[in-house]
Amino acid sequence: MRIFTAAFAIAAGFIVLLGYFFPAQVESLRLLLVDWAIVIAGMAVLVGIFNLVAVQMEKIRTRQKGGMYGVILIVSLFITFVFGLVLGPDHPYMRLTMDAIIVPVEASLMAILAVTLIYASIRLLRRRVDVMSVLFLVVAVIFLIAIMPTPFGPLLGERGNQALVDFLGMFSHGGTRGLLIGIALGTLLTGLRVLFGIDRPYGGN
Amino acid sequence: MIALSLLALAAVLLVALTLWRRRSPGALRLIDAYERLNRSVGLAVENGTRLHISLGRGNLFTTRAGSALAGLAMLRRLAERTSVSDRPPVVTSGDASLAILSQDTLQSGYRAAGAEDQYRFTTGQLTGLTPFSYAAGSISTIHDENISANIFIGEFGTESALLAEAADRENTSLIAASDNLSAQSVFYASSQEPLIGEELFAAGAYVGAGASHEASLNVQDILRWLIILAILIGSVLKFGSSL
Repeated sequence: MRIFTAAFAIAAGFIVLLGYFFPAQVESLRLLLVDWAIVIAGMAVLVGIFNLVAVQMEKIRTRQKGGMYGVILIVSLFITFVFGLVLGPDHPYMRLTMDAIIVPVEASLMAILAVTLIYASIRLLRRRVDVMSVLFLVVAVIFLIAIMPTPFGPLLGERGNQALVDFLGMFSHGGTRGLLIGIALGTLLTGLRVLFGIDRPYGGN
Repeated sequence: MIALSLLALAAVLLVALTLWRRRSPGALRLIDAYERLNRSVGLAVENGTRLHISLGRGNLFTTRAGSALAGLAMLRRLAERTSVSDRPPVVTSGDASLAILSQDTLQSGYRAAGAEDQYRFTTGQLTGLTPFSYAAGSISTIHDENISANIFIGEFGTESALLAEAADRENTSLIAASDNLSAQSVFYASSQEPLIGEELFAAGAYVGAGASHEASLNVQDILRWLIILAILIGSVLKFGSSL
């Protein structure tokens, strides 16, 4: 069975890859496989939600720490799921659920994130004092000051601001491109290992 | 045609260098984060605490899948090494397909170590489907599961700062890498030893996942030098033509 899954996965991967380079010959098969994958991914979301419920039920059953939050999660998930099925996702009450509960909660987390990032920056110098850390913080502070909105416009004036951003951006753009090239190469080799069956994350190892 | 040539070259080099590495394993340069990771794994097994491995929220249908697959390769090896532990690692992710693959990978690792009866499907968890819900679910795992070390490898966003903060509050180790530039900045500020850029893809090689992972690093180095050469030649030609 594991050999079959590996063979199927490798064959599907090669067909999708060849479909990009030889569209006239393999495009239709590539699109069919991608459509199947999208459908399976949709089902995977339901399986993932089942997993989420199962984990929380286990926490509740064994009276672990955080079990009460699991109860709240399961009840709210069930209610939202049932209402979503009955009313449909575009119903005003469902939109109200999004706008009145989910959006404010996520906005609150984003607000906490801003404070967390400031705190992490302050802690950076306690954790690791070296040239790169100091440079990291100094450039971050300079950028924040440069883009900070004031009633009088940019602190350094429009041209000064733009010159500073362009100067610092020259280094950051170069560094960004270097990082992205490295990440692209890593992604390429990871994909090749999966295509050759060396890495089999689908349980074939 | 250039893309196909690059792909073919990478494939040929990967196969050749894998065979070469199998015969003569090479030495890898010291990366502090991976030294800390290997120490943390050993300590977790010895003192009965858990590892928390988070694979991020990378969608397998996008270009970000590479980091997720690299995380799974590392997870496979860590699952094998920690199979003897009283408390197996817990794996969280923010994508349903990734959560299912993490369960498969854990099971493979336990099977390879001859400890398949230790596997529990609840150790591979989907904690949320949006960035912040994923972070919130993973934070509760960090607080509640007696974690001694957190390993974040995959695609994260700025919400990873909340995860890093939770790890720091629990006085646990944090080894983190992401292919997302914002998350790299966050991890640079938050983790003890940061992993930058393509060091994420070296995870498999540094946890002993096999000769092919070490060979991949060599191939990346070769291709990087070819790209540098191409950029320099292109720059010189462009400069020459403008004169």
